[in-house]
Amino acid sequence: MKYKNYMKIEFDSRSQNEAFARVVVAAFASQLDPTIEEIADVKTAVSEAVTNAIIHGYEDSMGLVTVICKINDNKLEIIVEDSGQGIDDIKQAREPLFTSKPELERSGMGFTVMETFMDEIEVYSEPKKGTTIKMVKKFKSLNAE
Amino acid sequence: MQLQYEVVDNTLIVKFDGELDHHVAKDIRTEIDETIDRQRVKNLIFDLNNMSFMDSSGIGVIIGRYKHINKLGGKVSVIHTTAKIDKIFTLAGLYNIIDKHKNKNEALNCM
Repeated sequence: MKYKNYMKIEFDSRSQNEAFARVVVAAFASQLDPTIEEIADVKTAVSEAVTNAIIHGYEDSMGLVTVICKINDNKLEIIVEDSGQGIDDIKQAREPLFTSKPELERSGMGFTVMETFMDEIEVYSEPKKGTTIKMVKKFKSLNAE
Repeated sequence: MQLQYEVVDNTLIVKFDGELDHHVAKDIRTEIDETIDRQRVKNLIFDLNNMSFMDSSGIGVIIGRYKHINKLGGKVSVIHTTAKIDKIFTLAGLYNIIDKHKNKNEALNCM
């Protein structure tokens, strides 16, 4: 039988909530019996997606960031959504070292980290409407059973 | 995030304790830059033994400090990296500009 679970959180686009979001997702993922490395990967990817929503989606304005997690057997799907300004050129945004904010010492490695640490990533964005990032992590620890 | 400093000759050792993300990055970089200038050091060692988390905002902080030290003609190295921090450093290519050492003495000997 398939194991399923779901959760959703919503919070203000304040940078304090970056740590909150990654801790919540890590706690939710713990039911998949993850390795330390898998949990670290998920926390880092969530941190990148939420930070992007706060810095780029809403810039200096306040808005809501939504994080949804869905468990399907050994797969964790994480969706991070904002209703901010959107990304003009997704392909360019995903290139390693590309940043629209070099003055903030942004490394431009956010998407590269998400791509490397997760198994799948999809980015949907519409200028002035917002951005949705969908990521999937397959947990190996349950495969053994 | 807490920072502890130690100065040995012209090298500043910065010990991180906690999580390095976008939320703390701005304060951290200002604090380290001011300490570099105030202590008039040339080299920098990051001690990451107690760094429990770092994302790409941390990469920006490390590269920014490397640029600062590079202007002063000094060297930057990192000690006590954990497996998860190592993964980010390697991904970002930070070891092309920063040396990794086991401990403080080894790093100081290479300055």
